[in-house]
Amino acid sequence: MSYSKEELSAIQQAMDKWQVSVDKTIAKQGERKETFYSSGFNEIDRLYTPLDTFGDYMEKLGFPGEYPFTRGPQPTMYRGKLWTMRMYAGFSTAEESNKRYKYLLANGSSGLSVAFDLPTQIGYDSDHPMSEGEVGKVGVAIDSLADMEILFDSIPLDKVSTSMTINAPAAVLLAMYMAVAEQQGVPFDKLRGTIQNDILKEYSARGTYIFPVQPSMRLITNIFEFCSEHVPQWNTISISGYHIREAGSTAVDEIAFTFANGMAYVKAAIKAGMDVDKFAGRLSFFLNAHNDLLEEVSKFRAARRLWGYIMKEYFKAKDPRSWMFRTHSQTAGSMLTAQQVNNNIVRVCIQALAAVLGGTQSLHTNSRDEALALPSEESVMTALRTQQVIAYESGVADTIDPLAGSYYIEALTDKIYNEAWEKIQKIEEMGGAEKAIEIGYIQSEIQKAAYQWQKDVESGERIIVGVNKFQVQEPEPSGLLRVDPSVQKTQIDKLNELKSKRDNAAVAARLDELRQAARGDENIMPYILNAVKAYATEGEICGTLREEWGEYVAAVSL
Amino acid sequence: MTQRRIRVLVAKPGLDGHDRGAKVIAQAFRDAGFEVIYTGLRQTPESIVATAEQEDVDCIAMSMLSGSHLTLMPKVTRLLKEKEMDDILVIGGGVIPGEDIPLLKEAGIAEIFTPGTPTSTCVEYVKNNVTEKA
Repeated sequence: MSYSKEELSAIQQAMDKWQVSVDKTIAKQGERKETFYSSGFNEIDRLYTPLDTFGDYMEKLGFPGEYPFTRGPQPTMYRGKLWTMRMYAGFSTAEESNKRYKYLLANGSSGLSVAFDLPTQIGYDSDHPMSEGEVGKVGVAIDSLADMEILFDSIPLDKVSTSMTINAPAAVLLAMYMAVAEQQGVPFDKLRGTIQNDILKEYSARGTYIFPVQPSMRLITNIFEFCSEHVPQWNTISISGYHIREAGSTAVDEIAFTFANGMAYVKAAIKAGMDVDKFAGRLSFFLNAHNDLLEEVSKFRAARRLWGYIMKEYFKAKDPRSWMFRTHSQTAGSMLTAQQVNNNIVRVCIQALAAVLGGTQSLHTNSRDEALALPSEESVMTALRTQQVIAYESGVADTIDPLAGSYYIEALTDKIYNEAWEKIQKIEEMGGAEKAIEIGYIQSEIQKAAYQWQKDVESGERIIVGVNKFQVQEPEPSGLLRVDPSVQKTQIDKLNELKSKRDNAAVAARLDELRQAARGDENIMPYILNAVKAYATEGEICGTLREEWGEYVAAVSL
Repeated sequence: MTQRRIRVLVAKPGLDGHDRGAKVIAQAFRDAGFEVIYTGLRQTPESIVATAEQEDVDCIAMSMLSGSHLTLMPKVTRLLKEKEMDDILVIGGGVIPGEDIPLLKEAGIAEIFTPGTPTSTCVEYVKNNVTEKA
């Protein structure tokens, strides 16, 4: 990477000469566009050379498994162990989802990823009026421990790692998972997995919040503390840029807003009296794998370097594990088209390749039919096979960080790193992520980029194959997965049966203890676990906390 | 007399948090000169109809990506009918399988715009189909 002054000046001279011939060519025939923008809104130059990539190799890149981790968090990366192929799945009842998990594990999935329905994500039981029409639709309906027992039936929890996309009520679902483990005789320190538990991006981009900011942050730090003692291998949070990007942000903002949120959690835990090295090693991330292959590779690399810097230099963490950025990723759902759905297989392959070349630790690949409905079993298989082809046939997993040293990749890595850090500092000046969300700054930045994208598509500035160019007439797609509308009734029947069978006096007592704990300031996790084990429903537990803490009121902005 | 501007309520029924589409279409409507009211997330059919009444809108545009459109969208049109507000143009958009569209149209949702539709198409549709109010 390092060039002598003489070499650089020779390159500069040659480049000036080359520019003359470029100008001549352009005078004869202009380029396809006046300015080229990446899918993440970075302006892209015609050519990158050593002039763009000055800097010290050791300071900027280093070695895999070593600070600043630009080249990867582990010393051997995919030569040691491939990324976890983790397919996000869940729909209908626990019985149906349990079947899908077993199917995925039988086909070579290496970890589970649970999708919950919206009532579960927002702390309502299936019989709540707000749950009407939503039960079992975008994920599995879980009302109580009884459902969780079925969901993981015959899946040994000491053998799989399980990721759960659950935020506001993450503590409740984690407690249910622990209770199932206990029934299986699996000790808590053998449990591996992740809860998303990232409430700040719910306020700004994803929408499944329940409680106001303060009690939500308390729940999160309580989980950090509880898990560091009892569930030490559990990733207590998955700080997510995925949804920020899906909501329309630029690539730089995906990193900036995610890390601003991450810093807010670290500060909250430190404020609650925890030592940074006690919890920072269990912080994990979740990024988008978007369309622009080389930009995405640069984004993952910049993210690792930046988080390492933030933890080491800003928070003064001592343990190298605290500096390590480990991430799950998912291909960009919002880039799938309802037109010519088979083209989505190609898009997903490019996006997945970006995540792998970027050095992701785990990956979900979307299915071709997801712009139309929940994915069918057949299209999920193709999506999983896409990862397997990349892993075993493409060769990209056989050497570490293979695109390092490309002038373009290194220049773009620097650009994303610098611009994201600038934006983070701007947010810090506003008073941090909580404040920036409260005043609507983050939401409005995302919205601006989303609208710009739409305008670019409509003006033809951005081409989406099959949508605004190369369209065809095509028949209605068939074979889409549909959730049986009787799921809600099945869940309500199960709830009624549970309530008639369980020890209702014990449930009331556990909920009352939970209410007392919510009013005080001790760790609330043990109380949630006790309520869960008494078969209190998720709605009862969250309802109790709603009564004590109130609900978040979103500022509606346009 | 100057013609009154078209008033549109952009609404998110149910628990779905995906509001990118709702916000994009709301801005496109606004740029087209409509007056736009956006409900925010987690609206019940009742609250949508109440807002529509309060704001005296010409059109309700619902965005749904959670799969509960067959339950919630027809409930909105049913409530409008009960309140004799069915002169309001009701349209929808989002992740909605093609085979559901005839069912929604039968229930009084005038048009469904699926992913990939240019916002200009939606704008034109609203302009051409709202009932002129005095």
